[in-house]
Amino acid sequence: MDEQKIFLITNGIFEQECLKEIAKDITREFNFPVSIYEGSLDLREFYDEVRRQYDGNRLLKEIEKMDFPDAIKKIGLFRNDIYIPILTFIFGQAIYKGNSGIASLYRLRNEQYGMKPDESKLLDRFKKVIIHELGHTFGLKHCYVPTCVMRSGTYVEHLDQKNHTLCKTCRSLVDR
Amino acid sequence: MPENISILIVDDEESVRDSLYNWFIEDGYIVESAANAKEALLKVESRNFDIILADIKMPGMDGLEMHRRIKALNNNSIVIVMTAFSSVDTAVQALKDGAYDYITKPFDPDDLSHLIRNASKQIKLSVENEVLKNKISTLENIDDIIGRSDAMVKVLNEVESVSNSNSSVIITGESGTGKELIARAIHFNSPRKYFPLVSVHCGALSESLLESELFGHDKGAFTGAMFNRKGRFEMADGGTIFLDEIATISSKMQVELLRVLETKSFMRVGGNKEIKSDFRVICATNRELLKMVESGTFREDLYYRLNVVNIIIPPIRERVDDIPLLVDHFIKKYCDAMGRDLVMIETSALNRLKNFEFPGNVRELENLIERAIVIGNGKEIRLRDLPIEKSINYSSVESLDELEHKHIQDILEKYNWNITYAAKALNVNRVTLYNKIKKYNLKRTKKQ
Repeated sequence: MDEQKIFLITNGIFEQECLKEIAKDITREFNFPVSIYEGSLDLREFYDEVRRQYDGNRLLKEIEKMDFPDAIKKIGLFRNDIYIPILTFIFGQAIYKGNSGIASLYRLRNEQYGMKPDESKLLDRFKKVIIHELGHTFGLKHCYVPTCVMRSGTYVEHLDQKNHTLCKTCRSLVDR
Repeated sequence: MPENISILIVDDEESVRDSLYNWFIEDGYIVESAANAKEALLKVESRNFDIILADIKMPGMDGLEMHRRIKALNNNSIVIVMTAFSSVDTAVQALKDGAYDYITKPFDPDDLSHLIRNASKQIKLSVENEVLKNKISTLENIDDIIGRSDAMVKVLNEVESVSNSNSSVIITGESGTGKELIARAIHFNSPRKYFPLVSVHCGALSESLLESELFGHDKGAFTGAMFNRKGRFEMADGGTIFLDEIATISSKMQVELLRVLETKSFMRVGGNKEIKSDFRVICATNRELLKMVESGTFREDLYYRLNVVNIIIPPIRERVDDIPLLVDHFIKKYCDAMGRDLVMIETSALNRLKNFEFPGNVRELENLIERAIVIGNGKEIRLRDLPIEKSINYSSVESLDELEHKHIQDILEKYNWNITYAAKALNVNRVTLYNKIKKYNLKRTKKQ
C-alpha cells in the first residue's frame, strides 16, 4: 500500500510556491506528506444566485466524493466566497473526525475589509485556515489557548492573533 | 468555555441542523438536533438541555408554541429563536414570552458565537448562584451548634421554631455563651437567609456614633460627614439586624429604636427623606432586661416590642455534659486550622475542664483549647497545658478524705506522676505521698 498522504485539491489558480509552503507546514503539524492535486470542479454548479456565494456544504460533499486511495485526508482549496445556509460566510469547514474539508481565501484578503493588499498576510491566514480545518478532520475541537491554530476565529483579526501551529494539548491529541 | 453545555437544535431544514450541529460540535458543546417541535419536546422531556436553538417557522407546531410548551414543562433551558428577516415580529413575540434572544438567518458567524457564549455565561452564573445559595444554607446549620445537653437541645428547638417566623427575638445569656452564633443560626435558617445579616455591637459605640451607624447620615450632617452613608437598618433591608448588648443603649436611642421597629421607616442623620427598610430584629444581652424595666432603665414598650421570643442560652457550667463535645470540636477546629494531626486529651485534663466554672463560658473554653494545642506536645492535651487552677466542685465533695483524695490525684496528674515534683508541690515528703497513694488506691488515669 502506498504511503498515506494529505491531499490539497486546488480549485482555481494558486501559486506553486505558496502551495509548497502550505504543504511544508501541514507536514510539520500532522506528520504526513502532502500531495497537490489540481481539481477540475465546475464551480458554476455550486453558485447561489440569490446569495451570490458558493454553497460550502455541497462543495464539501464533492471533495468527500473524490477518491484517492492513498489519501488519509483531503482538503479543497478555493478562491471563492463560500457560505453555508445558516451563516453569512465561512473561511472553511471540515467533517469532524472525517477525512475532508474545504478552505477559501476569499474572505481572508485585506481588500475585503478596505485595507491594502498584503500577500504575505493572506498566505499566513490561508495556512492557518487549512491547518485548522485539517485539525477538525483529525478530531480536534476548538481550543481555548489564544495562540493555538485550533482557536475558533470569526474575524481575520482572530486569525492574525494566533499561530499556525497546534498547542501542546492539541498536538498530543493528534499524536495519540 | 463550553463546560458540558448541551444544545438542542430544532429546525426542519436538514442543512441548517447539520451546519449548526458541526459548528457546535467543533466548539466542544454537547449537541442534539430535532427536525420538528414534536421531536424536540420528546427530547426535552427526557433530558435537560442548557440551550435550545429553535426555528420559528416549522411545519406542524411552530417555534412559538413549542417555546410555550417547553416553559410549561418548568424547563430552565435558555431558548434562542431563529428567524428570517420577514418574521422579526414573531421573534419579538417570542422574547415577550420569555425567550432569551433571537437571531436572524443567515447569521454572522461572530453574532452566533457571541450569542452562545453569552448564554453559556448566564448558565454558568445560574449554576454558581445555585451552588452559593446551597453553601449559604449549610454555612450556619443548627446541627453545627455543639451541644446535646437537655438545656441546649431546648435552645436549638426554639431556634428551629422561631427561624421561619418574622418575630423579634431576644437572646439572653452570659458573656461567651454564643449569642451571636444563635442569632446567625436563626437568620441563616430563615427565609431571609439570602439577604444580609447585619450585626451592630451597641455597647462599643457612643450614642451619637450608634445613631449614625444605625440610621446612616447625609453628607454634611456633622463635622467629618464627607459623604452620604447608609445605616445598618438600610443595609439589613430584606434580612436581619442583630443588635448585640441592647441593654447598653441610651434612653434617647431606645425611643428612636422603638419608632423604627414600629414603622420600619427612618431618616438618616441630617437627612430629610424617609427611608423604608424591611428587616427582622434579633437582640442579645447578658443583663436581665426585665429587671432593668422594673428599675426604669429600659423602656417597657421597647422591651415588649423586642421580647416576642426570648431564647435563654445556659452557661457552660449548667451543661457540663457538652464539654467533651465542645472540646472535641475545638480540637478538630484548631488542629485543622494549624495543619496539625488531631491531638488527644488526657482524662485528667478533661475532668479538670468539666470541674472548671468557666466564667468566660464557651469562648474561654475555646481559648484554653487553642492555647493548649499551641503550647502542647502535639500528641495530647495534658493537665499542665491548661492554665487553670484547680477548681473543685465543693458541692460534690462530702468529706475531707474525699477532698484530699481528689487533690492528690490532680497534683499527681499535673506532674505526670513524678513523685518528687508532686510531693514538693503538696509540701509533703515522698514517703507520705506514697502512703497517701496506697491509702486512696490512686492510679494513673488512662488517656482518652
